[in-house]
Amino acid sequence: MALFIVRRLIGLVVVLFAITVLTFLIFFATPGVDPTRSLAGRNPTPETVAAVRHQFGLDRSKPEQYVLMMKRLFISRDLVSYGNQALKVVPAITAATPVTFSLVIGAAVIWILLSILTGVLAVVLKGSIWDPLLMIVALIGISMPVFWLGEVANLITQDRLHDTFLFSWVPPLGYTPLTENPWQWFLHLIIPWLTLAALYVGFYARVLRANLLDVANEDFVRTARAKGLSERRILTRHMLRTSMITFVSLFGLDFAVLVGGGALLTEVVFGLPGVGLLTYRSLQSLDLPVIMATVIYGAFFITIANAVVDILYARLDPRIRPT
Amino acid sequence: MAPPPPPLLEVRDLKVSFNTEDGVVRAVDGVSFTLGQGEVLGIVGESGSGKSVTMMSVLRLINDPNAVFEGEVLYKGRNVMDLPEDRMREVRGGEIAMIFQDPMTSLNPVYRVADQIAEAILTHRAIGKAAARTRAVDLLRQVGISQPERRADDFPHQFSGGMRQRAMIAMALANDPDILIADEPTTALDVTIQAQILDLIARLKDEFASAVILITHDLGVVAGIADRIGVMYAGRLVEFGGKRDLFYDPQHPYTWGLLGSIPRLDRPKQDRLHSIAGMPPSLIDPPAGCRFRPRCPHAFDRCETEPALEVRGGGARHLDRCWLDPESKRAVRDRTIRGESAAA
Repeated sequence: MALFIVRRLIGLVVVLFAITVLTFLIFFATPGVDPTRSLAGRNPTPETVAAVRHQFGLDRSKPEQYVLMMKRLFISRDLVSYGNQALKVVPAITAATPVTFSLVIGAAVIWILLSILTGVLAVVLKGSIWDPLLMIVALIGISMPVFWLGEVANLITQDRLHDTFLFSWVPPLGYTPLTENPWQWFLHLIIPWLTLAALYVGFYARVLRANLLDVANEDFVRTARAKGLSERRILTRHMLRTSMITFVSLFGLDFAVLVGGGALLTEVVFGLPGVGLLTYRSLQSLDLPVIMATVIYGAFFITIANAVVDILYARLDPRIRPT
Repeated sequence: MAPPPPPLLEVRDLKVSFNTEDGVVRAVDGVSFTLGQGEVLGIVGESGSGKSVTMMSVLRLINDPNAVFEGEVLYKGRNVMDLPEDRMREVRGGEIAMIFQDPMTSLNPVYRVADQIAEAILTHRAIGKAAARTRAVDLLRQVGISQPERRADDFPHQFSGGMRQRAMIAMALANDPDILIADEPTTALDVTIQAQILDLIARLKDEFASAVILITHDLGVVAGIADRIGVMYAGRLVEFGGKRDLFYDPQHPYTWGLLGSIPRLDRPKQDRLHSIAGMPPSLIDPPAGCRFRPRCPHAFDRCETEPALEVRGGGARHLDRCWLDPESKRAVRDRTIRGESAAA
């Protein structure tokens, strides 16, 4: 186990190094991004430009600039945004993280529960009209882009039907921290949760259904039936349990991508000040320090999640457990 | 005098067909046999002859919506086909247990071996988990797993193929079933392990007082332990009799073919083992008359109508489906078994 963790940590460092270098190179290879322009203000004198370049280290060689940026990001933690020098990058990420986690964890709970329910129901009702019907609904869920679904949800709940009894409870767009007011936190997030979960419910339900039907033909399911087990027990203890191997590894990666900033569209549409929104804004103004920080943040969670998935995978499937 | 008790298991005119896109596959077409207390019945036939489907139907393990079942399966006088599903579950694993061909895939890979055996016990008996585990370990010892306390907590992938089949047998015998159905239990195993598993089944059937139905494609497998043997071909029994009758006085040319395809040390060495010419017939559109006719070297015009399964040339309880008259049959039989007339 210790060896596993050490290996993973080394892997993490390598991934972070590669991804930061890549981000750095892409940034400076992009035409017209010279940060001096936004840093030095309108119509600067050549002296000001030179001073600013020196102050931000932009007059040094690229490797030196890279090292400087990493130092300010990880060690002194005082890296500031190019666009807004009052914005310190590290605290900005720290502040945005709980918002993203609130959004993604809530959506994940919904999508796990609903997709297992849908997938199992489809298998149990196989042969009836309900199975194809559920799968069509799932396909619709997958097909709706999250930004479109979010905008439609907003249109309905914030505008068209907001004054009716149906959606008068929906608060304006934005976020209330859980620690401040749990009920408002919940109300602000419930529609973003459902919106973000829609795609995954559909996808996971279809994957689970296919997986369960595969497992249904396995010899050990026949053995379970020959033992005299009830269909319910065969389904939960034997079929569902084995299908969880695929389900969980899929979930780990999707969850990590979302936590790492992949919920960007949802955050933008619902005005949630999470890491995704931060990334979105920094991309719009080509703000390298913030982009760099969000990329590192994302890579960090994806690598961690990968390790967690590997551990869980071994817990779920004894065949790959080291003995 | 009281009427004789009904046999432990009686299958009457069982028919199983599957509706497919290409037509109706008659996998089992009118099979009847009985099984007595403690008896070992061998069912022999090649792939697709309907032997597995017959036995899976006895336990109602085929849940293909396209399958159609006809006939009766009487277990202790009651028709299994009419039992409600919850009563059927008590029969499965409790009174009639089954083991399967491939022990590699027949155990659930994610649960410990002892837990899977204990699950079978707990399904049928009101005992605690600890007691079930103790019994699971005892069973593993009885089927010849060394260090059963330690190996009980292994996962199936830590067992060899032979050990897994032993574990399957332990699981099947966990509730002292009246009948153990073994569907090609040795086919997936090495030859040396095959013999061990057959010995084990032969020993345990006495210890557990179970009747055994042994399904195989290999007459050599049933030679040792079966009391009676049924030979299936294209969904039908073509010959049924005691082991000695079947081996020393086989009546049906298909049985001769099966006997001829076993390598034997007590006969002069042949250049090559002979096989039965031709392919098994389609079960969608089986040949009219005797189903073996297209492959039979002795077919004649009478074979165009199918003979019933009844006592003909063999002993009093030796049934077969062949029109050849017993006298001329004996003359050609040995040559057929040696493969000579197959070439002629």
